[in-house]
Amino acid sequence: MMESHARVLSVLRSVTGKAEADPGEDESLFSSGILDSFALADFVSGLEEEFGVTVPDSDLSARKFDTLRKVDAYIAAKQG
Amino acid sequence: MAFLRAFGSHLPARRVGNDELAALTGVTPEWILNVSGISERRFAADDETVASLGLAAARNCLEKAAVAPESLGMILVASGSAPRFTPGAASQIAAELGLTETPALDIPVASAGSLIGLTLASQLAPKVGPVLVIGAETMSRAVDRTPEGKDTAILFGDGAGACLVDPDSGLVRIADFTLHTDGSASEILKLEAGRIHMQGLNVILQASRKIPRAIKTLLERNSLAPDAPAVYLMHQANLNLIKRVADTLKVPHERFFTNLERYGNTSAASLLIAADEWFAAQTKPVSAPLVFAAFGTGLNWGALLALPA
Repeated sequence: MMESHARVLSVLRSVTGKAEADPGEDESLFSSGILDSFALADFVSGLEEEFGVTVPDSDLSARKFDTLRKVDAYIAAKQG
Repeated sequence: MAFLRAFGSHLPARRVGNDELAALTGVTPEWILNVSGISERRFAADDETVASLGLAAARNCLEKAAVAPESLGMILVASGSAPRFTPGAASQIAAELGLTETPALDIPVASAGSLIGLTLASQLAPKVGPVLVIGAETMSRAVDRTPEGKDTAILFGDGAGACLVDPDSGLVRIADFTLHTDGSASEILKLEAGRIHMQGLNVILQASRKIPRAIKTLLERNSLAPDAPAVYLMHQANLNLIKRVADTLKVPHERFFTNLERYGNTSAASLLIAADEWFAAQTKPVSAPLVFAAFGTGLNWGALLALPA
């Protein structure tokens, strides 16, 4: 899980170009200004590539990717 | 077989710059330009309606085609902002054109409606004769021009476009299309009680995945590479979204025609206004494929491939 979390954070930093970004587990990635609408699309694509998973259209909701805790849980469930 | 024979458009005279909207919505003109790519848009006058704008675009298109209204086999009018759900603007436009028996139907799908109209017309024209597809909107009346409504207030403009789909000849031939609907996400973009409601994050997320996928599907099944089309004519929603679609397809941004800098997002009208301007600028017959694409309420989205006539 820790390794997965680090990879999620790496994807986040890569797609946003914010190498110093270090949001808390439950900090909103949108309210904090780390992600905007276009970076969110890149983030989702980056997660698919990094973890070899497919995010279906039915999961394309900002709510599912709002915090690192939610993203970690989502990736874990996809890899289940 | 069906052809895109002529296009037309009509824009209201009143230009609304970012400074005017910035003052109302509590942002800066630069912010509006940065998040949307829009410099100005047109707003309809009090006496202009979806029907009157659509009628003006229809007449412009028929004049370019040198076709009398009596020759039409059908009229399709796409609009998400018509003031009355039924009867909508189609029957009114038909009546203003002097037609009392020609079928005239509404397509109440904001943003994607004119693409749907073109695809339906391509199937109907061989049966009923020339089909006039119109997209007309007064979206400026559906937004909240206050700080709370800034995300939509800055985007939308008014206008109308038209296209004559002919069974026998035209500028380009409609070769193929793909249309899709996903109602499971319909709540993220809707017009209710005269107001547009848009969950921007989710709309961009959905559109930035669905539009390129539809285009790729269309190109692949016609054995065309993404760089084959001479131009991509897309619903003019947001400059950043258009660039993102281009990036996903690995096509230069310049291959995507844009005019939303001047008109904003005119919803169902935008695709036909853009096509009218692009074709008007061509000095030679089209010699390469063209792709039309749109995404709108429903969610409805799709793409259409046109080939040299």
